[in-house]
Amino acid sequence: MPILGADMTAGTLIAWRKRPGDRVTRGDVIAEVETEKGLIDVEVFVSGVLERILVEPGATVPTGTALASIREDAPSAAPGPVVAIPVAPPAAAPAPAMPVAREPGRRARVRVSPLARKLAATLGIDPTTLRGTGAGGAVTREDVERAAAARPAGPVPAAPPAAARPRMDVARMRQSIAAAMARSKREIPHYYVTHTIDLHRALSWLAEENARRPVTERLLYGVLLIKAVALALHDVPELNGVWRGDRVEPSAAVHIGVAISLRGGGLVAPALHDVDRQPLGALMGAFRDVVQRARGGGLRSSELSDATITVTSLGEQGVESVLGIVYPPQVAIVGFGRIVERPWVVGGAVLPRPVVTATLSADHRVSDGHRGGLFLAAVERLLQSPERL
Amino acid sequence: MADEVRAVVLRVLGDIAPEADLASLRPDVVFREQLDLDSMDLLNFVVGLHAALGVEIPEADYPKLATLDACVEYLASRR
Repeated sequence: MPILGADMTAGTLIAWRKRPGDRVTRGDVIAEVETEKGLIDVEVFVSGVLERILVEPGATVPTGTALASIREDAPSAAPGPVVAIPVAPPAAAPAPAMPVAREPGRRARVRVSPLARKLAATLGIDPTTLRGTGAGGAVTREDVERAAAARPAGPVPAAPPAAARPRMDVARMRQSIAAAMARSKREIPHYYVTHTIDLHRALSWLAEENARRPVTERLLYGVLLIKAVALALHDVPELNGVWRGDRVEPSAAVHIGVAISLRGGGLVAPALHDVDRQPLGALMGAFRDVVQRARGGGLRSSELSDATITVTSLGEQGVESVLGIVYPPQVAIVGFGRIVERPWVVGGAVLPRPVVTATLSADHRVSDGHRGGLFLAAVERLLQSPERL
Repeated sequence: MADEVRAVVLRVLGDIAPEADLASLRPDVVFREQLDLDSMDLLNFVVGLHAALGVEIPEADYPKLATLDACVEYLASRR
């Protein structure tokens, strides 16, 4: 059971996507697990053959528990021998590479909105048995209500069996967030630096750029912020890393966790990978994709476990600044407030300018305020040349 | 025409916020606040309207889509 964050202690295996005897390649999704963060696709990080399944669907196990055994490929180029399967033999030859086709009769992933999931649990309905009418076939509250209305009159059925019982709820997610944040505040000596940044150039450039782009390829201003943060980390790389035991490992790759609020409450911060190396268009596509999957289900285990820094923005909710709490084992979090128009001195004249307040919360054991200030100054500098992001 | 556009707008909103109670949506109040939509939701909303109605919606016109009534009026005038 992968650890998908410092706050996760256990997870429930929902379904296997591979079977014993199936060939798996690094990056393949082999199982779905339910955690406080929702339904997560578990990837493998080796290539080989799935030999044994060790945890059955419905079982809740602690993080670190082996879910299956995989016989890794031999390092030589020669093909390995035919694998002896100790459990049920595979129904067919090695599975194709991703994406994996589902076999008939196997239950497909069912996307369920948080509200529908909660209502279904209350009404004793298994939402995975419903036909969703929401986006991408998502089961909505209306679907659950229809199912409840169509149910034969009589007593409410008993709770569904363990394998089908919804486990994610907002209260549990809040407990999980509380545990991680309490640990952070208890163990990490935070310091904070703040800087107000003129966005006139960035927003003007963005408006011109979006006017040229088809609607499906338009950029959100938040993508400029994320990219600027990624590039600024080249100047102050000690902010980009994670604790491993009692020392910090700087990360060469910049994987930015983006805080995404969920409609039913709570939040997740899946990672956008290699942000510093992605052009804005590709980054926007990745951002859209990860937000959609965060809210509809389908985040990958790697996305929830390998962020090297987090960016959060509460600006759209009307606040001017946000001082984040570092998410362990990371060492820094960057916050952005909402864009406000303020009088700004430009060349000796006072002009109205759109500005944003950027904050850095960081671990004082790893960096200090001087370096943090240089980082925010770099973010500001980068946002003055948006065409180069 | 307006009823057809209104139905499309509600369908697209439902796709973006499947948990939303659209029956109680007040047509003259900004739906971003009623439905707790963020900028990504609004972008997806515009993309959805474009796909469903074939209407080009410049970014500068986004403020004209703030309420259900304003949205229907704007889209109906551009079809």
